[in-house]
Formats: sequence, structure tokens, C-alpha cells
Amino acid sequence: MSAALQTFGLCKSFGGITATDHVDFVLAKGARHALIGPNGAGKTTFVNQLTGVLRPSSGRIELMGEDITRLPREARVKRGLARTFQINQLFGTMTPLEMIALVTSERLGRGSHPFRVLDRDAELVAQTAEILNRFGLDDIMDRRIATLPYGKQRQIEIAAAFAARPSVLLLDEPAAGVPEAERRELMQTVAELPDDVSVLLIEHDMDLVFRFATRITVLVNGRVLAEGTPEETARDPAVRAAYLGESAHV
Amino acid sequence: MRAETFERRVRQALYVARRWHPAEIAFWLLAFAAFLLFPRNLLLLNEIAILALFALSLDLILGYAGIVSLGHAAFLGMGAYAAGLFAKHVGADPLAGLVVGMGMAGLLGLVTSPLVLRGTDLTRLMITLGVALILYELANSFGSLTGGADGLQGITMGPVLGLFDFDIFGRTAYLYSLSVLFVLFLVARRVVHSPFGLSLRAVRDNSLRASASGVPNARRLAAAYTLSAAYAGAAGALLAQTTQFVSLDVLDFHRSADLMLVLIIGGAGYLYGGLVGAIAFKLLQDLIATFTPQYWMFWIGLFLVLFVLGGREIIHGAAKAAAGRLARLGKGAAR
Amino acid sequence: MLTILFDGIAYGMVLFVLGCGLSVTMGLMNFVNLAHGAFAMLGGYVAVQAMQRWGVPFLASLPLAFLAAALVGIVLERLIYRPMYGKSHLDQVMFSIGLVFMAVAGTDWLMGSTQQFIHLPSWLQGRFEIAGVGIGRYRLFVIVICGLLAVSLQWGFTRTRFGSRLRAAVDDARVARGLGIPVNRLFALTFALGCGLAGLGGALGIELMGLDPSFPLKFMIYFLIVVTVGGTSSITGPFFAAMLLGVADVVGKYLVPEVGAFIIYALMVVLLVTRPHGLFTRARA
Repeated sequence: MSAALQTFGLCKSFGGITATDHVDFVLAKGARHALIGPNGAGKTTFVNQLTGVLRPSSGRIELMGEDITRLPREARVKRGLARTFQINQLFGTMTPLEMIALVTSERLGRGSHPFRVLDRDAELVAQTAEILNRFGLDDIMDRRIATLPYGKQRQIEIAAAFAARPSVLLLDEPAAGVPEAERRELMQTVAELPDDVSVLLIEHDMDLVFRFATRITVLVNGRVLAEGTPEETARDPAVRAAYLGESAHV
Repeated sequence: MRAETFERRVRQALYVARRWHPAEIAFWLLAFAAFLLFPRNLLLLNEIAILALFALSLDLILGYAGIVSLGHAAFLGMGAYAAGLFAKHVGADPLAGLVVGMGMAGLLGLVTSPLVLRGTDLTRLMITLGVALILYELANSFGSLTGGADGLQGITMGPVLGLFDFDIFGRTAYLYSLSVLFVLFLVARRVVHSPFGLSLRAVRDNSLRASASGVPNARRLAAAYTLSAAYAGAAGALLAQTTQFVSLDVLDFHRSADLMLVLIIGGAGYLYGGLVGAIAFKLLQDLIATFTPQYWMFWIGLFLVLFVLGGREIIHGAAKAAAGRLARLGKGAAR
Repeated sequence: MLTILFDGIAYGMVLFVLGCGLSVTMGLMNFVNLAHGAFAMLGGYVAVQAMQRWGVPFLASLPLAFLAAALVGIVLERLIYRPMYGKSHLDQVMFSIGLVFMAVAGTDWLMGSTQQFIHLPSWLQGRFEIAGVGIGRYRLFVIVICGLLAVSLQWGFTRTRFGSRLRAAVDDARVARGLGIPVNRLFALTFALGCGLAGLGGALGIELMGLDPSFPLKFMIYFLIVVTVGGTSSITGPFFAAMLLGVADVVGKYLVPEVGAFIIYALMVVLLVTRPHGLFTRARA
């Protein structure tokens, strides 16, 4: 049974700095997997290579058994790999409606049609409506994204990634910067993601990690330090040592 | 069912974005009525229509795709020379020449599009400037073909649609240019509100997010650039056909610079900015030229400096306030 | 042939002096100043007027050109450039184009549109031969002066406190401010220096490039080439870019006169496409 996402000996160096050091990583199908590690461990660099933002120095990446190491970013999205960003990357002048419509239209292959009319596309409208509804964006769908509160923007970030109907979803610190009051709604959204989507979560918030993940990989200095269930990881002395000084619910 | 009513709301919201606003209809009615209202200024009106089309072409890439260009005159010139040479050596039918002009300019855009896709805004400015300069030098060098510094002369145009001859008062010229502008505008309007147009806005707003959403950025931008070039070529062809003359001036830097000024005055990103800006610019130019024909460049420069320093906020603020009041009078809510 | 090369080097030297000021201000202020050529033109006209009206000898007119352009630069920076710093690149471009238009038309009105000529002192006229290569005296003079300038600029940039503060501010203005570097004063001084250099270059270049009101427009692309190809984070980058440009232009125009100018543009386009961040900058990944 092939994994949803897998890396083989993935390496990335910038000049003299090795950001990713021979990482063999497996994301199982339907997984709820968390990637943790101290600041500067190389988590976001790792995700950037998975999604095609950065080119690895060596190694291989496979999505559903298919080698995607050389594929451009948008092709990986088409194959079912989507992500959210640590800092919101949204379309500032658009409304949530337009943004979700954009992702949906690309997925449906409408994006290259210069003469189609958006509102007459029944499939597009239906699927856009479904996403907006599911992520609680229906009452704010017409407001400019730039004017919305940060927590709502974070919701849109996840909704937009989800609208691509990915088989693998990479969430890069979804709770980052979200005020305490809005975190609950966000965590609920993450928990309610369907089982057929394999999720890799990068997080510093251990509360979220332990509540959500069934499997944890610990990354330190670009290397995999430990991997296992949350309980195993919490007990691992090497992990505790790596986190010495960091506040964590271990 | 709740889902159905929400779907209807979504459909309605998407529709409202592309609905014709009464002000738009008024604008075009006025534009066509100008033929009857200002029969003695048709030559100037023709120039405005051509400039408006040229500005529309830049709006497509600047306002919607976010590509800065200081060399859009390259496509204006390509269209003009192509149409002029076509009329002179092949056939005098205006519409055929228009197609040729658009085609050649579009081809040039397609071929040069890889150049503008990379690098920063600054390198894009440089590259577009460089391409326009290259074209200028080429047109200058191949004088036997283009007429060089003397210009391409001896162009005689046949009647439009086989029926309407060009006259010295500009009657046919204005209606011809305006009709071409209108048709191309309708096409642009459709494109801008299509899924393709939406993806352009996505690339402009956040290219990282766009590609993370599945948009093939480079391909879409190249397509937009080609379309924009074709539109600029159409403006060039109209220029050649209605004035029956093409000079090197059509490739000069000031054309590209004036064009940016037009879009800045009118505002980019809503399709009418180029049209409104063209009217304002031409009237301004005409006004200045009557007082100081020799040094109008100075006043245009001054206007530009003041406009960017703070005048834009004042003018646009006043325009928005006026438009807001008009919108509340008209029926239906504006976006 | 070697004479042509020599001429190209002289030309490149002037282009360097003209362009390096723009390079540093663009790197420092992140401001696209297309009006740089107007300061060069100012320097040129001041030199000509000083020599013709007030009988100032040629050598003395050069620092005058520098000072005049630098002074105007300081005033303009304070008054109208400063509010433009935060605006978009497009606005900055349009703003500087507006300034160029004003400068060109204003100079045309004030001084007329004819070419300006400089009367070189007799010891700078003519040429002499070394090993069969014709060496123009003025061109040799230009090379020496600009070479000295290049060396002192490089020294100032890399070995003085001012220079290291400047480099820090170019790298990251926010961090530099946090370190206590007076970035705003640095801006003003550097801008003035850049304009002064442009003025000096304008005066030096009259003999080689001519001078008339359309100078800023004609040579705008050349300055921009020096900056984009040479990068904005060093003195050596623009230096080599200017050399490359000067030699290529002179040699090109000599070998293939019909399409001479267009070689430069084609070269530039090719360079920018293959290395969008300039030939000499380390690409900021």
C-alpha cells in the first residue's frame, strides 16, 4: 500500500547551511500527522520542497506513488497536493467568494477559458457554495478579504487549500497569529476535515498537536530526530532534550 | 432547501460583479452621440478613441495582471507599420489591415512574453523599454521598407466594409475607430470577468498563492500579454489607417510614457480607466497646446509630478465622491 | 582597432561616473529615479556656461558642475523626492518621468535647443601615438580622472565608516535604523553625491557624448543598463557594467554602423533575461 506522500533522502542546502538533511518521511493515507521541532529546524523549508516552492538539492518526493520531484507547483496542486501558508497568502483585493471561486475554477479546468461566464457555470457555483458553507464563510463572502479579522482570514486560507480537493493537505502553522478567542473555531475546522484527506500539520501549539495528531515526526536541524505516536514522542528523552527551554505540554 | 437558496445567493453575487452599470450604458451612448454633437471635432475624437484603445490594452496587463511596461509603444508601432504596409502593398481594405495589424502585434507580444515574465518590476521596465528601443532602431534602419525618418507615405485606404469612404472631416474615421474600440471593449469585458480573468487578478494579487491554487502563472501572463499586444496593435492599425501615414514617432518613448500617464489619471484595473484617462489627457494636451505649443512637454511633466505627489488623491477622491452620489441615484447597487 | 577599444574604455568610464550614483541611490532608497540624466545635463550646462560666460577654466568648471548638481540634488531630495519614498515603483517611475519632461522642456526654453560645445584647453586637445596606437589626450584625461574617482569611491564604499553604514543601509534599511544608523541623513547625502557625480559626468561627457536638452532622454537607457546589469549593491558591479556597455557601444557602432545602437539594447535584453538580478549581484534567493 503506497503512502499518500513520501520523501526519500531529501536534502536541501543553502550555501554552507544544510536545511534538510537526508529526510525519509512517510505520510500514510488518511493520516493525521504532525511535524514538530524547535525554531529553525527546517519545517517550512521541508514543506516548501514538498510543494515545489524550493527545489531540493537531492532526494525524491512521491505523491500517491508518483514522482513529483521535478513537477512545477501548479502541477502538484492538480495532482492533489495543497497547502496553507504560515503567513496568510490571500488575494487582497478579492472577496472570499472570488477566492474560492478561483480555486474551484482552476480545479475544474475552467481557468484557461477567457469567454466563460462564472455565474452560468452550475458546477462551479455549486462547489463554491459548498466550500463557503462548510467553512462558515457564507455571511462574509462578499467582503474584501483585506478587511476581515485575522482568524477569519486564516479560515479562508484553509478553505482555499481545501477547495482544491486535495488528497494531501499540508497545514503550515494554521494557528499562528490567531487570537485565543478564535482558535477554537479554527481547531474545530481542522478536526472536521474528511478522512479521505491525508493531513500533515506543522505546529508549535502542542495543545493542537496532541489533540489532533495520531502520529508525530520531530525535526531538529533538518534531520528526523524521532517518529511515533504522541505518547511515544512525549516520552522520548532525545525529544525532551531538544525541547529543553521551550514551553511544551509534554 | 437552504443549500439551494445559498447557491442562488452565490450565483447572484457572481453575476452582480459583471452586470452592466447604467453609467456604462450612458458612457457609450454619449460616445456614439458625440458623432452628432461635435461634428467639427471628429479628428480629435478619433485620436481620443485610438488612444483609449491603446490605454485599454495597457490596462489589461497593468491593471489586471500587474505587469509594468514602459515600452508598449512597440506594439502600437508594430500594428501601425503592419497595417500601413499591408494597405500599401497588399490590399486597401481597412478591416483586413486591422486583422493583420493585430495579428503581427500579437505575435510580437507572444514572442517577447517570456522576457517580461521574469525578474522584478524594474527589470521588466528595462526589458520593455529595451524592446521598444530595438524596434525603433530597426524601423529607422530599414528605411526602404518603413520610410525611415520620413515615415511611411502613400497609404490610401479603401472604404470600410466596402461602403464608407474615409473623408477629410474624420466622419468615417471616428465611427470606424469608435466601433472597433467598442467591439474590442466588449471582448475585453467578457475576458476580464471570465475564469481566465479571475486567474489574472489572482496572479497580480499574490503570485505565490495563485500557483499554490493551481494557476499556471507564466502561461496565463503570456496569454494576457499577447492579448494586450494585439489590442495595442489594433490601435496602431487604426492610427495608420485613419491618418494614412506612419512615422517613427509611433515607436517613440513618449508614446509609452504618455500612455502610463493616461492610465494613472484614469486609474487602472476597472477597464474604464484608460478610456476616461484618454479623454482627460487629450483634452489637457489640446488645452496646453493652444497656449504653449512648443513647451507642452513641460506642463505635462508638471502635471505628472503634481499628480503623483498628491493630486491623484484629490482628483480621485472628488471623482469617487461624485460617482458615489450618482450611483445612489441610479438603480441597483454598484459593487 | 586598439584605438577604438581605448575610446570605448573612455566612454565606459564616463558612463560609470554617470551611472554609479544612480546605482547606489536605487539600491539605498529603492527609488527608481529616471530623472538622473537631468542632473547630468545640469552639470554639463553649468560647465559650459561657467566657461563661456565667466571665463572659468575647464578644470575648474568640473568641480563647479559637481557642486551645482549636488546642491540641486539636496534641495530636490528634501522638497519633492522624500514624499515619494513610500510610493509604488510605478508612481516613482511616473514621477521621475515627469521631472525629466520638465527638465528637458525647461532647458530647451532657457538655453535653446542647440548642441553645446566645450572649448578644451590646448593641452587636452589632439592625440599622440604609443606603439602605433592613437591615444586621444582628452580621452586619456577622462580615463585617469574617472579611474581615480572609481578607486576613491570603492575605497570610500568599502573602507570608511560612512561606506559601511551605507552598505548596511542598502542591505536592510530597517535593521540599519535599529542599529542607530541615521538612514535619512544617509539618503540625503548619498543622493547629493550621486547627483553631483552625475553632474560631473555630464560635464566630462560633453566632448564624447554631446549636450543638448534631449540628453536625459537619449541616455536614460544607458544609465539604467549600468544599474540593472551592474546591480545596486557595489561599486565594482556598475563599473564593469559601464565598461562593458561603453566598449560594446563604441565597437558596435564602428563595426556595424547601420545597426550600432540596437546591439546595446539587444545585449541588455539578453543579459536581463538570463540574469534578471544583474550580472554582478548575488541573487537574493
